[in-house]
Amino acid sequence: MSEITAEQVAHLANLARIDLSAEEITRLTTELGQIVDSVAKVAEVATPDVPATSHPMPLTNVFRADTVVPSLTVEQALSGAPDRDGDKFRVPAILDEE
Amino acid sequence: MANVIKLSAADLSGLLSDRSVSSVEVTQAHLDRIDAIDTGVHAFLHVAGEAALAAAARIDARRAAGEVLGPLAGVPIAIKDVLATIDMPSTAGSKILEGWIPPYDATVVRRVRDAGLIPLGKTNMDEFAMGSSTEFSAYGPTHNPWDFDRIPGGSGGGSAAAVSSFEAPLALGSDTGGSIRQPAAVTGSVGVKPTYGGVSRYGSIALASSLDQVGPVTRTVLDAALLHDVIGGHDPLDSTSLTDTWPSMAAAARAGLADGALKGVRVGVVTELNGDGFQSGVSQRFTETLALLAAAGAEIVEVSAPNFEYAIAAYYLILPAEASSNLARFDSVRFGIRVNPEDGPLTSERVMAATRDAGFGPEVKRRIILGTYALSAGYYDAYYGSAQKVRTLIQRDFEAAFAKVDVLVSPSAPTTAFKFGEKMADPMAMYLNDVTTIPANLAGIPGMSLPMGLAPEDGLPVGLQIMAPAKMDARLYSFGAAVEALLEASWGRTLLSQAPELAPKAMSAGTASTSTEGAV
Repeated sequence: MSEITAEQVAHLANLARIDLSAEEITRLTTELGQIVDSVAKVAEVATPDVPATSHPMPLTNVFRADTVVPSLTVEQALSGAPDRDGDKFRVPAILDEE
Repeated sequence: MANVIKLSAADLSGLLSDRSVSSVEVTQAHLDRIDAIDTGVHAFLHVAGEAALAAAARIDARRAAGEVLGPLAGVPIAIKDVLATIDMPSTAGSKILEGWIPPYDATVVRRVRDAGLIPLGKTNMDEFAMGSSTEFSAYGPTHNPWDFDRIPGGSGGGSAAAVSSFEAPLALGSDTGGSIRQPAAVTGSVGVKPTYGGVSRYGSIALASSLDQVGPVTRTVLDAALLHDVIGGHDPLDSTSLTDTWPSMAAAARAGLADGALKGVRVGVVTELNGDGFQSGVSQRFTETLALLAAAGAEIVEVSAPNFEYAIAAYYLILPAEASSNLARFDSVRFGIRVNPEDGPLTSERVMAATRDAGFGPEVKRRIILGTYALSAGYYDAYYGSAQKVRTLIQRDFEAAFAKVDVLVSPSAPTTAFKFGEKMADPMAMYLNDVTTIPANLAGIPGMSLPMGLAPEDGLPVGLQIMAPAKMDARLYSFGAAVEALLEASWGRTLLSQAPELAPKAMSAGTASTSTEGAV
């Protein structure tokens, strides 16, 4: 009864930036269908009169004092980067040349 | 000296403060234990032996100089790999962060160090805390100390196995849908998920930000309370951290040991969290525990929480939605591995997609895709929006229940530890394992698991879950300590004293991998 198609999963994988293999897409299409069928039951009780809760212990206007405090050094910030160029993160081309 | 690894943190605290034992001795004893048995258990992904001994020596020196230190100063602790540590790799059980050493400590890690505790190393977990068995760790599963063929629970199976196999008296865990409480249940240990916002999440690698909560993993209720007192309280670095002043949880636990502490306590039994789908030995131990409570003067009240039926469905929409967003930060630019695509142009987007394909395991991919789907235009209201409404309904169920009772109880998990591989082929079967623990996370209330016996059919530990209203964590500790004392009096011993002795280097975990200091 699931409406999830392989094309949809491929599209979602593209949106999520994960290169899935054809095999993974096939498996996930079946699994996702089963999971979605099962979780769709939330709609049974989610009537219009029920407000949504996004946060279990809501807080508002959480600010800190506007003062300068020590932060990471450039070296610390770059310490885990897979590639760097001097004081900058180095990344592959943003745009495809074609 | 008696075998120090078998002592509780509270007992170690006494011996350390009157200097009848040194922190170096205690730390060395635990490192020896890890060396002897962790090849089989595989609770640790990284052991920081030298750094631990150096930290222990500093504590001993300060004590020798007459400094008065906190109650847990010098006591070793294991740290779940989801927490950032400035001197140890922090991978969250994922290949994508293999070898990553963060440039900062999580607030809870900082507080543990400031209180003089001795970090022993980092513990294994399901990748990014997604799982109930540690089978989704990229570094091989942790084995349950009660039976190496069975899961230690998850995601915090490493922390629970470390304390229950006497590799550490204390550990830190994180609980998004049961990742502290369910491992505690299946390993015969104690675990607490504090009120949401009661303990800082700063430096905890985020899974689902509105559900995640860091908490103590121990062998006794008092030890959990002592650790809670160290890690809890407001943290300006976490914008969801509560600014409340908290009472001493240790004092609350000690108050629970007073005579008659259970008299007149109204204990609510959640109808929906027992019965069908629960293993018979689990239900049996639960029923027996209720009888003990009643005999001790507690008033047992049946309460219904009709919307709990929808909790798993809501959770498996909210969690993947938040996770898919949180895990977008693994983009192959700022930290973690970078993998180039096998062919085609090397653009940032294509490198990011190849990296995430290589770096994420099957459960992480499944949940990111599910979350991306739940948040898609056209589906958002039906799925994510409806799940948030269910969250309101579950909070209302709790409010109605706590209007009638002081605490709620249920089994911590529907079954004892299952065998490796049993639920790997069916994601929904794995998800259903969290039925008992998820409601507390959705509502933000505190929950505890403590051992309530061994199931007669398999001889494996069964956990009792206790839940209290939001911010009433102290009540959990008073009630929990009283129940623990009652149960141990009825057994004439602790539950963990019945666990099998683990022979040194007895078993090889095969695929297990643990980094040692320096080898990252």
